[in-house]
Amino acid sequence: MGNKEISIETDGLTKIYGSGNTEVVAMIDVTFKVKHGEVMALLGPSGSGKSTLLTAVGLINPPTSGKVWIDGSLVMEGPREFTNLTKFRRNHIGYVFQKSNLIPFLSAQDNVRIALELNGWISHDARKRSIELLEYLGMSDRADNFPTMLSGGQQQRVAVARALANQPSVILADEPTAALDSQRGRQVMELFRKVAREQNGAVIVVTHDHRALDVFDTIYEMEDGRIHLKSDRPN
Amino acid sequence: MNLAIKDIRHNLGRFVLTALGIGMLLMVVMGMGGIYRGLIEDATLLIDKIGADVWIVQNQTRGPFAEVSRVQKNLVDRVAVVPGVKHAREFVYHTIQRERYGKPFRMGVVGLSSPVDKGDWLPLIAGRPLSQAHFEMVADQKLGLQLGEKIKLGPDHYKVVGITKGMLSSGGDGLAFFTVRDAQAIQFDTPGEAIRLERASRRTRVSKEDLGYSQPVLLDRALGPSSSVPALGPPMLSAVIASISPAEDTSSVKETISGWSDVSVHTTEEERQLMLQGSVEMAKKQIGLFTALLTAISTIIMALILYTLTLEKIHDIALLKLIGASNRVILWMILQQAFLLGAMGYAIAYLIGQKVFPEFPRRVILLNNDLILLAVIVLGISLLSSLLGIWKAMRINPNEVLSG
Repeated sequence: MGNKEISIETDGLTKIYGSGNTEVVAMIDVTFKVKHGEVMALLGPSGSGKSTLLTAVGLINPPTSGKVWIDGSLVMEGPREFTNLTKFRRNHIGYVFQKSNLIPFLSAQDNVRIALELNGWISHDARKRSIELLEYLGMSDRADNFPTMLSGGQQQRVAVARALANQPSVILADEPTAALDSQRGRQVMELFRKVAREQNGAVIVVTHDHRALDVFDTIYEMEDGRIHLKSDRPN
Repeated sequence: MNLAIKDIRHNLGRFVLTALGIGMLLMVVMGMGGIYRGLIEDATLLIDKIGADVWIVQNQTRGPFAEVSRVQKNLVDRVAVVPGVKHAREFVYHTIQRERYGKPFRMGVVGLSSPVDKGDWLPLIAGRPLSQAHFEMVADQKLGLQLGEKIKLGPDHYKVVGITKGMLSSGGDGLAFFTVRDAQAIQFDTPGEAIRLERASRRTRVSKEDLGYSQPVLLDRALGPSSSVPALGPPMLSAVIASISPAEDTSSVKETISGWSDVSVHTTEEERQLMLQGSVEMAKKQIGLFTALLTAISTIIMALILYTLTLEKIHDIALLKLIGASNRVILWMILQQAFLLGAMGYAIAYLIGQKVFPEFPRRVILLNNDLILLAVIVLGISLLSSLLGIWKAMRINPNEVLSG
């Protein structure tokens, strides 16, 4: 456990909401590993526990029991934290959600910039880097637009740019291509793989988009809170 | 990147309207303080400006402003010869209400001891002090009289020869300055019918006395003017005011005059305190409580506004926390918005107040110290009112991003 070659590792993650008659088991004994440079897909029907797993690994929603290691460090055991989660999330994890989750009072560029400045980037460098990222995602011409002025797909691309801003070692994406056309969707998936390869990080993508499954190294499936390996293709 | 400013710029209209509302509230708070200062200024204005060291009033009274005081005219001569008194003056003060152009016309009538005091100390903005013994007046601009205008008060007409600014009574009425004789004539204006009735009753009284039987000529004299056989007492003064020689001690002069059984003596400072502790004290408490209430209401309203602003940003705050914003960043954003709201509200209160307060019927005086104190209070209110929003923001969990 805590292998440095493994980017994300979980052991016996279980999440139970409520208690007694109202108890709901969302996730049971989930154990898996994602190596550095690997892109993992997580499939499964609605309510199978995919998002619960993603938020537990993303240190947003602590599990009831079980352990999470990231980059070889034990960061969480049950609800117990072993590090400053705010700082850890800022430095190691990038999030992309089904809804773009952009800050409405910030422009596209500022939405990317804020992630950088929160991580200590000086304003000038953060501005330059955010423009580069938006260019990379074909959004440089909408850099000054507020989220309400962007289409769903454009908003999602800005959210991806924000997730990539701090070159995180882990990217967690919850149906990131749901609002994108197939071409852009595939570009985003390939972008995730490129990030994983170039930065030696790990990417977990919850998706229903079976057209881009060839991009992934491993495919897990969840059902009734349990996880099982569906496909493994060594990178 | 300043998140607070970005948020405000994005919702500028709403923020400005909110600040306007807060500003109007703060303007009322500011105004209440100003009204209180105005009350004090009006109450003590004449006492401070007339240049007297001691006020000699009717025995056991706190006159002539806090209550009615009547002293005999010859008191001025008695006071003038007391060792240490530089000079003594007659002082008459009363309030009258007449009708002018169909509206109530109130003024505080002040009698000046002409020719010793012609009102050279008055803050004139036009015209001149009194120069004649009769039928001239210096009026405050609040009375709305024009220079050279003549108004009828009692049996006589008085010409406005000077206009002052800011000379108001403790009730907020404009003051008008006359010679003592004219002020008394206005105060004791007796209609002709009253004089005739008084003469008839005087003759009846005399006719019932032995003196009237034995000396019938007295009956004829009783029907004559009161100056022949005084029937009505001579007009009285409100007070006598005295200036003390620089070399003399005010307290020793006061002690000397206090020995007289028919008068009470107050120094200028005592006279001020009598005014402030009398009529002004209750108004002070009333205004103080109102101001405290308004301040509390402003705090609650600001707190609710900031709390609502925070509630609206729950999702954004959760997202900021998720991407690594510390509580300090969130706290600073809310605090900045609270301080900006307070500062903008204060500025609006001041600017609108400058335009509105002069139109108030009573004086609203904004002192620098009071403005600074209010600024500090607004700072405190901003801090206090943001606590609710901060408390809410600190409890926001990053996983609330997922809730929608």
